[in-house]
Formats: sequence, C-alpha cells, structure tokens
Amino acid sequence: MAKKKKTSTEQVIRSTEPQGINLDHRKKKQILENIVHGIFLLLGLIAVGCVLLITVYLFISGIPAIHKIGIVDFLFGREWASTAADPKYGILPFILTSIYGTAGAVILGVPIGFMTSVYLSKIASPRVKSVMQSAVSLLAGIPSVVYGLVGMLVLVPGIRKVFNVPDGAGLLAAIIVLAIMILPSIIKMSVTALDAVPKEYEDASLALGATPIETYFRVSVPAAKSGIAAAVVLGVGRAIGEAMAVMMVAGNVPNMPDSLFQSVRFLTTTVASEMAYSSGLQRQALFSVALVLFMFIMLINATLNFFLKRDGNK
Amino acid sequence: MKKNVFLTMVVVLSVTMFVGCGNKKSSRFVSTDGSTSMEKVIGILGEVFQNDTGISFTYNPTGSGSGIKAVQEGRCDIGLSSRKLKKDEMESGLKGTVLAYDGIVIIVNPANPVSDLSLENVAKIYTGKITNWSEAGGNNGDIILIGREAGSGTRDGFESITNTKDACKYRQELTSTGDVITMVSQNPNAIGYASLAAVKDSVKALTVDGVAATEETIKNGSYVVQRPFILVTKTDTPLSEAAQNFFAYITSPDANALISKSGVVPAN
Repeated sequence: MAKKKKTSTEQVIRSTEPQGINLDHRKKKQILENIVHGIFLLLGLIAVGCVLLITVYLFISGIPAIHKIGIVDFLFGREWASTAADPKYGILPFILTSIYGTAGAVILGVPIGFMTSVYLSKIASPRVKSVMQSAVSLLAGIPSVVYGLVGMLVLVPGIRKVFNVPDGAGLLAAIIVLAIMILPSIIKMSVTALDAVPKEYEDASLALGATPIETYFRVSVPAAKSGIAAAVVLGVGRAIGEAMAVMMVAGNVPNMPDSLFQSVRFLTTTVASEMAYSSGLQRQALFSVALVLFMFIMLINATLNFFLKRDGNK
Repeated sequence: MKKNVFLTMVVVLSVTMFVGCGNKKSSRFVSTDGSTSMEKVIGILGEVFQNDTGISFTYNPTGSGSGIKAVQEGRCDIGLSSRKLKKDEMESGLKGTVLAYDGIVIIVNPANPVSDLSLENVAKIYTGKITNWSEAGGNNGDIILIGREAGSGTRDGFESITNTKDACKYRQELTSTGDVITMVSQNPNAIGYASLAAVKDSVKALTVDGVAATEETIKNGSYVVQRPFILVTKTDTPLSEAAQNFFAYITSPDANALISKSGVVPAN
C-alpha cells in the first residue's frame, strides 16, 4: 500500500517536471500579456483623461464669471463690450449668430451633400465615384485657414458686388464658407450609410416595377435614414465649432444678427479673438462663452449618439 | 501585477518630469509691469536678454496706469507706459525714458482718391460722424471702418491717440494687421489702421494733417498718430544691477533691430 503510494508520488513528481517548465512559461506569457494589457489601458485612459480634464477645467473656470455677471444677464444680454470702461458681457448676439450661422450652413449644405451622396452611392459609375470621392476627401483635408483666406479674397468682394452692399463680410459669407466646410462630413457619412443598404431591398423594389430613382428615394434613403441623420448632425457639430475660417469672413463685430449682411461674431470667434489679450473678468467671461459652446457641442454629440445607437440596434 | 506596472510607470513619469529642472539657478531677476500694448516689444527684448545673460525676466501686463503705480510703490524694477508721464507723476519722483515710438498708419484702398485726412476727420470717421467718403473729399460711397479686436495694442493706440475710445463704430474687427491690410486692399471704400512696419504696397497710406508717416516724422513728432513707449524708473532709488543691465541693453542701439522687428520705431 505504502510502496504503491510512493511510486505514485514519484510518478507525480516525474510528470510534473516538464509540466513545471510549461507552467513557468505560461506564467511569463501571462505577465507579458498583463503588461501589454496595462499599456493599452493606459493609452486608452489618456483620451478619457483629456476629456475629463477639459470638462472639469471648463466648468471650474467658466462658472465664476456666469455667477458674477448673473446667468440671465450673461445668456440674454444683448450687448458685449468687454474692454469698455463700463464692461458689458451679454452673449445673446453670439449664441444667436452661432445658431443662425449653423442653421444657414445646414440649409445650404445638406441638400447639396445629400443629393451628392445619393448620386455617388447609387447612380455614378465606379470611375466617376472614385474621382469624386477623392475630391470630397481632399475638401475635408483643406485647412480651415485656407477656406478663410479664399473667403476673404473671393467671397467677401463677390458678395459686395453681387448684392451691391457696402461690405461683403458678414453672416452670409460665414454661412457660405461653413456650408462648403460641412459638405465632406455629410457626403462621406451618407455615402457609407447608403452603400450599406442591402442590394435585395432595391432589387425587390425594381422587380415590382419601380423606376431606379423611385427606388433610391423610396427604399434606399429610408433604409439609410439613421445614418443620413447622423451625417447631418456631424455637419452641425463641425459648423458650430469652426473658428478660424469664420473669423476671417464674418466681420467679428458683436452685433445682433438681424440681417444676412450684418457683421457678426460667433461663440468660437469671440473666444479666439479676445483670449490672447484678455485679463480679469473678461478672461473669465471668455471661459464662460467656451462653456456655453461646450454645452452646445455636448448636446450635438448626444444627438449623434442617439442616431448611431438607433442604427446599431436595428 | 497590474499595480506593479502602474507603479513603475508612475515612478518613471515622475522622474522624467524632474529631469531638466534644477539647472536654472537665478538669484537675479528683472521685473517689469505695465502697458499691454508694449507686450510684444518688451517680450522680445526680455526673451533675448534672458537667453544672453541668464538673468530671468518677468513682465506683468496690467496697463500703463498700474505699471506706473507699481514703480512708485517699488513692486517692480521698471514700469512700462504707453503714454507720456503726467506732471504730478514726474514730480513724485519718476523718470520716463522713451524706448520707442508706436506709429499707426491710416490706410485706404489704392483706388480711393483721398490721400490726406486731418486727425479730427479720422476721429469723426471712426465715430460715425462722417459716413460717406464724399464728406471727406472722396467719391460717393459708404465708408467701411475696419479695425482690430478688443484688447489689441494697435487698437488701443489708435483709439487713445484719436480720442475715440469705446466710441468706434467698426464694421469689421479683425485679429491681425495682415487681415486688416488684406480687407482694405479688397474694398475700395474701406479704411483701416496698421502699425508702420506692417504697411504694404497693396494699400495706400494716408498723410495725416499733411504729414506722411515715416520713421523720421514719427520720431520728431510731426506725424501725430503716434505715441511713445516709455520706461518708467524712480529718480531717487537706483536700479538693481540686473535691472540696470537690462535698461542699458534695451536703450542701446544694439536693441534697435529687435525693437523694429516688433513693429515700432526705436527711439535711440
């Protein structure tokens, strides 16, 4: 009995010898795995950390001025004179300008972008499609300062001559520049959504006697509507956050936007143009403007997520 | 396990953070305080001075009035003022040394027949009392006022010289001198202002009260759209050695190239 037991333990010992090396090896692999895992986690946390840091910072530096000025006076004040002897910090003109400017860009840009994406996805021959798509990508890659420069040299004098107004810089010029800038995001995302519509849907529609155009607008577009809506929201986000190009063509005077040719200032350009020399309450108020802008962007992102999630759940 | 990795990283990161510190031993320093308009010129001079001598340099942009007060109260070595010292300030034991002159050129489109304006008319145009070029000796056309953003030194200079502070009815507020020049060159009815060094051929520089803006007319004071950049010191207390070195350096001809680079006319 005892002898037998001994041999069995011997056997166990013998058999564990190679297994021990194996275990050691596996343990090392596990450590390596953990290290790599940790590095990836850390890299991922950088992005999250940045967002958190910016959010917290914006709130901390944006709230005091709102508190001092009073939230109603700040959000609904119609006059901004930050460096005057008797400073006024009302940002209603900027909020309205940002909303009008973005809405105008969407009204101009979305029909063009939408039609272009239907054409690219469904009608265009592969060669035309590839040429046009690379042109759209290029449009997305042009730096915004270049848009601003072209706007300043071509668009602003153009508007002055066409509409016979004293000066072309203003809301309309900004809207046109923004409309062009949001085209690539709208087109690219809509094309992806339309391309993803199963071919069978369209085949079925065609087999029932619908013409191709009927099929695209009655079948493909409704099937891709979440993606297209997301594309529009993405465009809105791009338009409301743009600063550089707008600053060069909008005139930047803090007027209420009551005409298309009015010289206006956006939320973004207020921060961009005054931050460099600002001090005291003016600087704090600029952080508050940035906070308001940030709220808008968060709202837009939430809307975007809503559309994308709905698309994903389908 | 994960904890160990994390700890190692924290240690590595914190060590790298402190590498590079500790080699800047500066017991001596120069502090300046005052005009925000002088930020550019004093910034360039201070940076070069700091790099050459190792004496650290600070600049506190508070405004001319606060700068003068800071010298009086001994809170800084050199005060910076973009206006002349008042009589009572001089009598209280302060001395002003002109570092440079800030000359601002009034520019219009080359197509505009107007080539001279009085200082009074410049002010009237910018405050909206004159709105058509025909009232200022030009063709019929609405005057388009182009200026700089709130807080800009050039805007501050222009408005304080023409006495139009907070009263200008701008049509466009642009964030750089280059943008102002481009806009004026694009619109035949536009008027703008820019520092002397930046003016290009694409726009026409106006004479003011018959005097063209050049380094010479700005220096001798006959061109009126200009203001001095002044270094304010105390007459009774001598400067510290470091501040004295800095003062001597920036008022010497060696600094002229740097002063010109920042867009103003050196005084010495």
